[in-house]
Amino acid sequence: MTDKAGQPVKLRYFAWVREKVGRGEEDVTLPATVVSVADLIAWQSTRGPEYAEAFSAGQRVVRAAIDQRHVKPDAHVASAREIAFFPPVTGG
Amino acid sequence: MPVRVQASDFDAGAEIARVTAGRTDIGAIVTFTGTVRGAAHGEPINAITLEHYPGMTEAELERIEALAHERWPLQAATIIHRIGRLTPGENIVLVVTASAHRQAAFEAAEFLMDYLKTDAPFWKKEELASGNAHWVDARDTDTTARDRWAGSTEVKPD
Repeated sequence: MTDKAGQPVKLRYFAWVREKVGRGEEDVTLPATVVSVADLIAWQSTRGPEYAEAFSAGQRVVRAAIDQRHVKPDAHVASAREIAFFPPVTGG
Repeated sequence: MPVRVQASDFDAGAEIARVTAGRTDIGAIVTFTGTVRGAAHGEPINAITLEHYPGMTEAELERIEALAHERWPLQAATIIHRIGRLTPGENIVLVVTASAHRQAAFEAAEFLMDYLKTDAPFWKKEELASGNAHWVDARDTDTTARDRWAGSTEVKPD
C-alpha cells in the first residue's frame, strides 16, 4: 500500500457528471479514509450540493476509471494518478 | 493508424483502399458505418454531440482491436469514431475488417462494434427539435450483446 496522504490526485468528470459537478477536472487530496472507488464516491457526495447531485446513492449510476482503465467500485485508489467519473458509455 | 478519433468525416471507400493497398492475401472485407438517426423516441432531433475521454478513448479502442486480432485471423482492422456535433444523416463510426475469409471479417466487425458500444468512453447528447437536450442513456441490450462473446477475460464494471 502506497501512502497517499497529502498527495493530490486528478479527478476528471465527463458528460452529465461533468455538468452536475460544474467542472471537467480538479486536483484533490483524498482523506486517508478513502480506500476504494466506492469510498471515493461516498466522499464526493459530501462535498457540496453539486457533488451530491452527481454522486449520492439514488442518483443515476456513475462509472469510474483509474489511470484511464475501467475499474469496479472495489478498486483501490492508493496508487492512482487520475480518477475519472462518468455515466455508462453511449458511443457508436 | 488503425484507430482514429476525429471531428472530421471519413470515407469508407478510402479506408477500404488503405487496407487493401498492395496486398493480395485478403479475401473478405466487411465495413460497418453508424450514422445519426433523425429521431429519438419518436421525437425529431436537430443534432447529437459526442463527448469523449481523450487518451482513454484511443487506449480502449486499441485494446478492443487487439482483442479482435487475438480472436480472428485478420489482415487489418480499422476503427474511426467521430466526436463533436453531428446532424442527422452524418457518419458517426466506421469499422473495417479484412480477412482471408468472410466469417472472420463479419464476426470481428460485430465484435468490435459490440465492445465499442460498452467500453469506449464516448457519450452522446441529443438536441431535440423542441429545444430540449439530454444525455442518451446506456442500453442493457448493448451489454448483453458484448457479453455473448464469451471468453473475454477483461475485468469490467457491472
